[in-house]
Amino acid sequence: MTQKQRYEQLENIIKVYLPEDVTVDQIAPESHFMNELNINSAHLVDIVLDVEDAFDIRLENEDMEQMQTVKDAVAIIDRKLAQ
Amino acid sequence: MAGKVYTKPMETKDSYEWILNQLPYADPFLFVDELHEVGPNGVRGSYTFKDDNVFYQGHFKDGPVTPGVLLTECCAQIGLVCLGISLLKQETKTGEFTMGMSHMQMDFLKPVFPGERVMVVSEKDYFRFGKLQCKVKMYNEQKELVCKGLLSGMLKMGKDHG
Repeated sequence: MTQKQRYEQLENIIKVYLPEDVTVDQIAPESHFMNELNINSAHLVDIVLDVEDAFDIRLENEDMEQMQTVKDAVAIIDRKLAQ
Repeated sequence: MAGKVYTKPMETKDSYEWILNQLPYADPFLFVDELHEVGPNGVRGSYTFKDDNVFYQGHFKDGPVTPGVLLTECCAQIGLVCLGISLLKQETKTGEFTMGMSHMQMDFLKPVFPGERVMVVSEKDYFRFGKLQCKVKMYNEQKELVCKGLLSGMLKMGKDHG
């Protein structure tokens, strides 16, 4: 899977949980999940669980704490897939 | 049937008292009387809707029926909050915590009339990163399914709201 495909897959997961006042084109690598995309903590957990299923990886509490932006999520996915 | 959540109880009935003591609710919005089983994967608890509740005067004008929102609340207090407290604090049994419901989806199948006792059976789907999701079922004394659904909430130790 290329880097671009990974990003697209992540984007597809995130867009399901966007509130109505945020559009898909507002998702950028630098976007902060809670502060900019207005995703609440419960939906952030949903994203993590979907990411785990989609990429067949498992995230720990530390990963969750580090996962502030879309870019952070990409880095965590890359790291887990490389393990 | 109000099947048991799991076959071997971890604790005796009296030892669930600490969970009830941690509940942040009080009359008239406490909807848990007793916990019958608490385990790592679920809980079973009961509540009687007292027939002198003031809301029966208006729901409905011509015939009192317990509002579905209160059946949901009862399912949430037993199935989500009691289970959550048990999962969160089984080691410490004390400490402040914050919680909030994040999602609910319920189906209502039978009415619950004033004075009826109901049994709530909750089965954990997952508890990860502070989010607890459960399948809940409520039965009446005839062991008929009254309502069922999916509830989730965020539970965390500490006082922060975020």
